[in-house]
Amino acid sequence: MTEDFVLAGVGGQGVISLGALLAAAGRSDGLEVQLAEVHGMAQRGGAVQAGLRLSDKPIHGALIPEGRARGILSTEPLEGLRYLRYLAPDGVLVTATEPEANIPDYPPIEELHARLNALPHAVLVDAVRLARQAGSRRATNVVLAGAASPYLPIRFETLEAELHRAFAAKGEAVIEINLRALHAGREAAACPAL
Amino acid sequence: MRRAPVATDSSGVALITFFDFNHRIQDMTGIVAVPEPKTDPEAELRSAPPDTTLERLLMGDEAAACGALDAGISAAYAYPGTPATEAFEVVLRHSARAGRPVAAWSVNEKTAYEQALGVSMVGRRSLVVMKHVGLNVAADPFINSALVAINGGLVAVVADDPGMHSSQNEQDSRFYADFARILCLEPRDHQEAYEMSRAAFDLSERFQIPVLLRLVTRLAHSRSAVVTLPGEPERPIAKTTDPKSWTLLPANARGLWRRLVEVNRELREWSEGCSFNRLEWSDDDRGLGVITTGIAAGYYQQNLPELGFQPSHLHIGAYPLPQAKLRQLAARVGCILVLEEGYPYLEERLRGILPTPVEVRGTLSGHLPETGELTPEAVGIALGLASRPGIALAGEPPPHRPPQLCQGCPHRDTYAALVEALRDYPQSIVNADIGCYTLGALPPYSAIESCVCMGAGVGMAKGASDAGLRPAVAVIGDSTFLHSGITPLIDAVKAGTDMTLIILDNAAVGMTGAQDTVLPSTRLEPLVLGLGVDPEHCRVLDAHPRRVPEMTEALKQELAHPGLSVVIAVRECIEHARLEKARARRGR
Ligand code: SF4
Repeated sequence: MTEDFVLAGVGGQGVISLGALLAAAGRSDGLEVQLAEVHGMAQRGGAVQAGLRLSDKPIHGALIPEGRARGILSTEPLEGLRYLRYLAPDGVLVTATEPEANIPDYPPIEELHARLNALPHAVLVDAVRLARQAGSRRATNVVLAGAASPYLPIRFETLEAELHRAFAAKGEAVIEINLRALHAGREAAACPAL
Repeated sequence: MRRAPVATDSSGVALITFFDFNHRIQDMTGIVAVPEPKTDPEAELRSAPPDTTLERLLMGDEAAACGALDAGISAAYAYPGTPATEAFEVVLRHSARAGRPVAAWSVNEKTAYEQALGVSMVGRRSLVVMKHVGLNVAADPFINSALVAINGGLVAVVADDPGMHSSQNEQDSRFYADFARILCLEPRDHQEAYEMSRAAFDLSERFQIPVLLRLVTRLAHSRSAVVTLPGEPERPIAKTTDPKSWTLLPANARGLWRRLVEVNRELREWSEGCSFNRLEWSDDDRGLGVITTGIAAGYYQQNLPELGFQPSHLHIGAYPLPQAKLRQLAARVGCILVLEEGYPYLEERLRGILPTPVEVRGTLSGHLPETGELTPEAVGIALGLASRPGIALAGEPPPHRPPQLCQGCPHRDTYAALVEALRDYPQSIVNADIGCYTLGALPPYSAIESCVCMGAGVGMAKGASDAGLRPAVAVIGDSTFLHSGITPLIDAVKAGTDMTLIILDNAAVGMTGAQDTVLPSTRLEPLVLGLGVDPEHCRVLDAHPRRVPEMTEALKQELAHPGLSVVIAVRECIEHARLEKARARRGR
């Protein structure tokens, strides 16, 4: 069966790279993969969305049908809400909690968190803080990959291996930061109080 | 979930799977968590032993480019434009490494196409890449090149943008291929984008016509595994022996036009038998025939399991249309549903004007939306399936988050100065163009009032001034100016028009990923002066936050000048600066 994931966030937060990481890992695990990206004008602080489809059979088309996604992975809380129509009734929303309030009518953050927590199955992760603790704020998207890992049809070891391969050129220190971020994400999802 | 087996080649060695972490995306998103390429896909492709196949996760536009590289192109030309840009970036990276093919960004799509035509005339294969509206710019050479006797294969990869993710219209390039009376191929998926691209070169040489490969955003900008086959070598130089067949004097052109009409007969015959157009009968079609073109096939297949029966299905991937196959299908079913991305090209032809014995369903009948992208839901509904609602959003929908000029973008400073300089005029007009600076239409600047097509702002400001509205201001980026802004400026010079042209010189094509502008900044002023602009009213300003008051003052003076002024506002795009730094770090 096909398992679909909507990836959401704001231009500059690494949504496309998150998709690239998960797509490569899915492929390494022997799955069929389609990754739909939206490029172009969405690069400058605008809403960015990607669709990741993973399957053990050929996938027909890159677009995720509404109401069927296994999960939404969002690097920003408001963006997490934007694509709910794609989420299956039993699907999960995994989102970072830190707002990117670069628009004048950004809703109050408490209200936003309350709306997210009211969803049937939401995992809120303070991904920015965890990424900083891991060594770099810029690993926020990798924290999110870790938090979503229990819901992905990808083995955790494959994600680790993918990070090793992806950052090989940047050296051990960068690999370590990203691995710490991945683990921190997974632990936070398992125990949301973290 | 069961894991699909990893494919192996004939020697039993696992196929190499790797991922092209596209440099541009990496650099555009600007985060640490972007992996460096694990390995260089194209390098690996080239170094593969001649009988191995390779599998890679490629975007549709990259797959088309790889097909062209493997078809042995000698040269490739393009102007950046979403969603076609990445196709050419693959060629550029390959060319930088291997020294071949010749590849560089051109000043616009027309010059790109004409260069490709020259390559073809001397017998070698060439590729030209553009977005759909780019073909409007290249339309003159494109339409006329259908008449010449194409020698080396010439393929135009044109990416349409249904849904207008990053474009000003939804035009459907299939009409262009039809208009030029040439062959058009429309891939259904990534693998076919690669295969059709390769096949297109053979077809171009076989029928001696250019071939248009039509992509759409959703294919161009999604990734999937693509198996590539060993490449072919470049063709030797073999200049046409019949220059008459390339010289469209009326006397020659009449003969060549007759040839093209003749070739069209052959094309229609070829289209009936070609493997890209497939008719599959079903014993259980319940009187329904479904015709899909391009990527619509995927949306149809996705919905099929829920349908509970199997319509008879004609898939079309090659044009001109296979008319006999269409008639066969119509003879057997009572209703035909047409699923195509873009304009109702096929549907309109099936309907014609007079009543048809078969019911035709599509966008014109209201079964599918007439605008925007085709979606799996829309196809499901057209097939009579119920939609599946997702999770309902309680409360207010999230506010829009439009793209913005980067913090620190030089356009911000120019717009701040322009808005201030125009403040005291009771009326004015600002005609802009296409680029990041089009975002100046949005708050907080709300500085521009039009954006129509590449270069239009210059001519429009002249027109407004001719009509009597002053001050008339045109705002254009440096790359757009070189693309299509010089010729209207010549008109303004000749007329001595009272208008002010502001060239935003950021040394980059910002919107498509900060490619280099074809001419360096230092050449803009001499170029403008060379056209005959009065040196007193050609000013080069520094677009910097600290200089906004100075810019405002200079703009006020030029707005007040009752003649033509050109103001060049210079500062490098910050994305471009960042990319350059990254390139320097990587040592290239
Ligand atoms: S990419 Fe360059 S030109 Fe475009 S908004 Fe950013 S800084 Fe400005």
